Amino acid sequence: MGLETILFLVLAFGSVLTALLVVTSPSPIGSALYLVVTMFSLAGLYVLLAAPFLAAIQIIVYAGAIIVLLLFVIMLLNLQRIEERLPRFWRVAGLSVAGLTLLVLFMAIIRGSSVLPDMPAVPDQFGKVKSLGGLLFSKYLFAFEATSVLLLAAMIGAVALVRKADEGKDGR
Amino acid sequence: MAVDLAHYLLLSAVLFGIGVMGVLTRKNLIIILMCVELMLNAVNLSFIALARHAADQEAQVVVFFVLCVAAAEVAVGLAILISVWRKRGTMNIDALSALRG
Repeated sequence: MGLETILFLVLAFGSVLTALLVVTSPSPIGSALYLVVTMFSLAGLYVLLAAPFLAAIQIIVYAGAIIVLLLFVIMLLNLQRIEERLPRFWRVAGLSVAGLTLLVLFMAIIRGSSVLPDMPAVPDQFGKVKSLGGLLFSKYLFAFEATSVLLLAAMIGAVALVRKADEGKDGR
Repeated sequence: MAVDLAHYLLLSAVLFGIGVMGVLTRKNLIIILMCVELMLNAVNLSFIALARHAADQEAQVVVFFVLCVAAAEVAVGLAILISVWRKRGTMNIDALSALRG
């Protein structure tokens, strides 16, 4: 067994285990902290898949920004764990829909995997900042700029949503 | 055993299924938001595995855009969550059934 296989197994089991803990943990803070570990495992898998730039972005954006934002909200609102008892029917229905999704995906992957060729070798610059940046700023320039507008809209929307209702009367 | 594309796709499917399970069975809004993030990440993993498999970087560009959209989604989602908290004082989705019709 090569090093890559061992790393894959460790990261895959780590991500699945922590993802299960995210879903089953009773307290939101526990969920958020397990989600950090899931994100780090996924970043490790991205490195194995020759995507070091996206691995760095994953850690910066998810572990560094999104999870911290979630933790801030959880702690500021002082969220307690809430009563989570679903009716039996809905719990069974939810689990079976999730299981069915998994089954369909598994069947599709296993049926398709017989025709897949092996992983090809990739060029030296594959997934590095320079080549991805070149693509982003040439072929995908319009999408890149549209994304910046999207982020601006999300920022303004978030501020507008959390503003208290009575502030709008005299302010602005 | 060599790791190939099918292993990564199966892992991605498992993570996606776990996310679906969380969205369908939890009642805490903020945990549901985290499960949606988990599903987005599962899809990102399959994009990157396929990019590696096809030796084509364009799928990695797609993942970059998905990350941007995820960041915007979390910002707006948390803002909605905070205004729900102010109005109802709870994070339980059972309290949010006003749109039932």
